[in-house]
Amino acid sequence: MDLILFLVFAAIAVVAAINVVVQRHPISSAVSLIAVMGSLAVLYLLLGAEFIAAAQVIVYAGAIMVLFVFVIMLLNAGTETRAGRSFIASLLGVPVLVALLALLAFFTARIYPRGTMVHFGGFRGGTAEAVGRALFTTYLLPFEITSILILIAIVGAIVLARKELE
Amino acid sequence: MDSFIVISLIKIFVVFGALMTILAYLQWVERKVIAHIQVRPGPYRVGPHGLLQPLADVIKLITKEDLVPPYVNKVLYLAAPFLAITMALLSISVIPFGPAIQVAGYQTWMQLTDLNFGVLFILGVSSMGVYGIALAGWSSNNKYALLGGLRSSAQMISYELPLSLAIAAPLLISNTLSLRKLVDTQDGWLWNWNLFHGFQYVSFIIFIIAGFAETNRVPFDLPEAENELVAGFHTEYSSMKFASFFMAEYANMITVSCMATLLFLGGWVAPWPAAYGSGYVPVVIFAAAGVITIWRGLNPRRRRDRFTFPPFGVVFLIAAAVFLVPIVQSALLPLFWFCAKTGAILFLFIWIRGTLPRFRYDQLMRFAWKILFPVAMLNLLATGLVIAAFS
Repeated sequence: MDLILFLVFAAIAVVAAINVVVQRHPISSAVSLIAVMGSLAVLYLLLGAEFIAAAQVIVYAGAIMVLFVFVIMLLNAGTETRAGRSFIASLLGVPVLVALLALLAFFTARIYPRGTMVHFGGFRGGTAEAVGRALFTTYLLPFEITSILILIAIVGAIVLARKELE
Repeated sequence: MDSFIVISLIKIFVVFGALMTILAYLQWVERKVIAHIQVRPGPYRVGPHGLLQPLADVIKLITKEDLVPPYVNKVLYLAAPFLAITMALLSISVIPFGPAIQVAGYQTWMQLTDLNFGVLFILGVSSMGVYGIALAGWSSNNKYALLGGLRSSAQMISYELPLSLAIAAPLLISNTLSLRKLVDTQDGWLWNWNLFHGFQYVSFIIFIIAGFAETNRVPFDLPEAENELVAGFHTEYSSMKFASFFMAEYANMITVSCMATLLFLGGWVAPWPAAYGSGYVPVVIFAAAGVITIWRGLNPRRRRDRFTFPPFGVVFLIAAAVFLVPIVQSALLPLFWFCAKTGAILFLFIWIRGTLPRFRYDQLMRFAWKILFPVAMLNLLATGLVIAAFS
């Protein structure tokens, strides 16, 4: 059951991710990206990381992508024309992709021993309690620094927007 | 495992059927209440007191011509109502209506499934519901629909923040994300409810206001402001596709009411313990309603009341008698309290629709960001400090 669900949603994630690049209309790409986020959330859920799955849906699929869709709708962006392919990209694209996948597979195989790759529901660090504890003990400093960074970004956005008005 | 699947399927059918009936009749109740606020009789023709009006509406919506305008983006146009209604119905699946009950030897909870992050699940699903409206507005290829969709997504993003912050405060008090455990922590007397916990009525008011905005209800129904936007995001929709948006709005209303009940009003627990006679409240209410209705039927003000009132009175008396049967009491009493609390909040929704005018758009945004959001933030901070100080 877990394996079937994993395969289904992994397939949806990959197909939707390819669709993000292939589609020519920004809204279609955005909707595909929402599908990617949603299936990633299901994959987290399968591993037992329920809080991370919920955060994935609320933050990425629910908030950030709504903003994307909102901006696309506001600009009333139409269908993009496909630009000519660059020579370097068509020459190096496939080999670099294969090399990247090979590197990923190699390191995953090195770090995790054979046969212990996936434990559905076995991950215990993904509950709200575990994430909260980790954020406020082990990762307190990065957490606080990130929040200050976001605050600076918000202030910067407001300053830029005000300049535009004057 | 097999019995689990069978029980779950039965529960899904029961909850789905009940929900669809309630959705249809909620609309009847709304029309009746608003009509009485405006001193009109409301729906009266189909069935006694218009009781079969929802059925007539459903038949009308199903048999209406299903028009797809030629200028729309087909895929998204067809997907949008589906998305809206799916997300609206999905959140009902984690809401508990009562405690565990025994049916034919099987023990089961009056809830489809219990997630230990139920509150987050509802937040996530409801945040996905925006897409139904936003994509409907965009794919209709119509300026009024687009404006409606834009307004609704901006409004929902803005009001989701105070909503989440208001939800966080009672969660801090109850110290859980599971809706079932949330109710357990509010058991006992009235003052154990999160609403009466110190200054938590502030969170409750913020939650209700933001909930109104999230469900696009008056006074926040700008996405469908008729005088400016024709019908807003669903201008180009007809027949069952229009009905899906309609049902989604009402289902969201029910979800928000259920959430308010579970978070602040103690869910299915009675206001005071059963040892002090809270179990007899529904009996008294239904018996009184039955006696009054029969008396009104025997001394009719209008001629038709003589025929329509006594059957209702008999139904009320039977309901009162059912609440006295000890076997069904364990299931019916929690359900009664849950429905009573949720119904009170739904009535508030309708009452406010009959009372308040619509906001202007800039007022709506200013209210969300300059008043509601800071107040929700301070409220959460104060709640956290109080809990830290006393534990």
